[in-house]
Amino acid sequence: MFKLGKFGKKEKSKCEILTILPNDCVAKNGKKLILDNTRWEKRLHKELMSLISEPPPGVTVDAESVSENLSEWKINIDGVEGTLYEGEHFQLLFKFNNKYPFDSPEVTFIGTNIPIHPHVYSNGHICLSILTEDWSPALSVQSVCLSISSMLSSCKEKKRPADNTIYVKTCNKNPKKTKWWYHGKFFLMSF
Amino acid sequence: MDSDEESFGKSDSGHNSPTDDEDDFPMEMDQPPVKEKAMETDEYPYETLTTENIVQTMIDCIDDINSVLNLPKTTTRILLNHFKWDKEKLLERYFESNQEKFFRDAHVVNPFNKPKLKNKPKVPSSGLEECEICLSTFPPNMMTGLECGHRFCTNCWGEYLTTKIMEEGLGQTIACAAHNCDILVDDVTVTKLVPDLRVKVKYQLLITNSFVECNRLLRWCPSVDCTCAIKVQYVEYRPVQCRCGHIFCFQCGENWHDPVQCRILKKWIKKCDDDSETSNWIAANTKECPNCNVTIEKNGGCNHMVCKNQSCKYDFCWVCLGPWEPHGSSWYNCNRYDEDEAKAARDAQERLRSSLARYLHYYNRYMNHMQSLKFEHKLYASVKEKMEEMQQHNMSWIEVQFLKKAVDILCQCRQTLMYTYVFAYYLKKNNQLLIFEDNQKDLESATETLSEYLERDITSENLADIKQKVQDKYR
Repeated sequence: MFKLGKFGKKEKSKCEILTILPNDCVAKNGKKLILDNTRWEKRLHKELMSLISEPPPGVTVDAESVSENLSEWKINIDGVEGTLYEGEHFQLLFKFNNKYPFDSPEVTFIGTNIPIHPHVYSNGHICLSILTEDWSPALSVQSVCLSISSMLSSCKEKKRPADNTIYVKTCNKNPKKTKWWYHGKFFLMSF
Repeated sequence: MDSDEESFGKSDSGHNSPTDDEDDFPMEMDQPPVKEKAMETDEYPYETLTTENIVQTMIDCIDDINSVLNLPKTTTRILLNHFKWDKEKLLERYFESNQEKFFRDAHVVNPFNKPKLKNKPKVPSSGLEECEICLSTFPPNMMTGLECGHRFCTNCWGEYLTTKIMEEGLGQTIACAAHNCDILVDDVTVTKLVPDLRVKVKYQLLITNSFVECNRLLRWCPSVDCTCAIKVQYVEYRPVQCRCGHIFCFQCGENWHDPVQCRILKKWIKKCDDDSETSNWIAANTKECPNCNVTIEKNGGCNHMVCKNQSCKYDFCWVCLGPWEPHGSSWYNCNRYDEDEAKAARDAQERLRSSLARYLHYYNRYMNHMQSLKFEHKLYASVKEKMEEMQQHNMSWIEVQFLKKAVDILCQCRQTLMYTYVFAYYLKKNNQLLIFEDNQKDLESATETLSEYLERDITSENLADIKQKVQDKYR
């Protein structure tokens, strides 16, 4: 069985951001991010710093949303040039719980523009194996964003999943509660 | 069925158990191994294993393989688990197939060909390594990993394994924490990295459980609260008795169900689960449309029925099941009983009903014996009282034992009788069925006589006599 969303192992850029001291964690609006000693929050802070200082192409964090609530991030993704989604802008919502990164984040598309893609339902749910069964604590927000971006880029025809209507009517609000049946394969972007 | 199993587990003796006296002791977890309890019933050797015995069996199994292959014990365990603890298959594959593929399929790193670590630990000038999970840096002695070379800090490993064990219930199949790495974590590493004793205990339980469940020669005793497993030398449709007293079929794990085969019993149980209540209700409250045979519930007083089946829409009379057409005219009335058409309609329905009636006939008797069997377990208590009473009237302990034995046999008769009805349901109607039914009748009447004697006041003479009779009749 092919699993959608496989991507290269350990090709993630190294997080040099580690050298930044926690006190430098200041969001755009000047509000200081509240620091906590719990490990999952520490890791989220580090990931956030890395995303802010070295964002991968086409990916930006809505720092304002994060400064309000560290466990819900809004991330903007731009359609990659030369693909079907060129010029479009999408927004992803990441929800983390205190088991992160051992438990995967809940990731959905939100806002008015939900990409039309065979693995994205019109309610924003994404069928991507690394978001559930293939999740590993060594993955990160950045790697998930890049996987989703590369999933969009590899699309050949803009269409909704075949079972979109029935799924959207019957699914749980949390996409992690869906028993996904992964299919299809898409090629890797090197990052 | 559950309560039945439970109560059966409490009956602490079977007539064919050579070690009856041992069964009277409550089962304890820390009792010494009971290998001496290996017993033979019609030359079907098996033994009861406690949790400790099971762990020992696992270790023996690993040692067996290691005497041939000489691999690390942890690797052997993963390999054995991969081959469902089938030693022969493992060895066969090991020598026949490509070694690289052999290890890759089992998700272990080939111990003879350790790959050069692709992911060289990142050792910055400071000498600290970064853990990709918590994104903190640690001195190398706080970082660890499997043969695949993915290193994380010991804290993160601990938490990762704890999540997998406690949340996902994984045992022998936890993979490395790195993304896309399917190398399995061995038991020694897990035990070393998991800090919490409770998690360790759960892990042990999970790997023991997977050992028993994937090993076809082992089966957990299905009795509630029993932690033993039965080990056989080959799988067959045979009764085995656990040391807790529970007797079950090794092949399917149900209560011992002679004379019915596992396959048929399964079919029967499914049929009962699906049908019984529903069919009872249907029989009592519905009729079938005489035209298309769809089941109809009458929801109003009018007897002029119009079938709601869109492709049928037949008009008929609910009372006589004949067509409605003539009912309106003066020359016809369905109160005339011998009307041919109505009779034909009734006959057709009769035929459809008879198969249900046949099923219900067997089902009711089956359920009835099951119910009686449950009641018989109360008998043990009253019989015990009687035994004590008799012992005070100058009878020795050994002389009154037949009473308990009689109840044992009664229970066995009930259980066999119960399954004979399942058996009979699936039999074709021929002479053998008649012979079978005669035997069934004999057993049933003998059982009822015995039951009667045991429940009423008894004298020792006639009971011994009855017991003799029942044992004679018991096939």
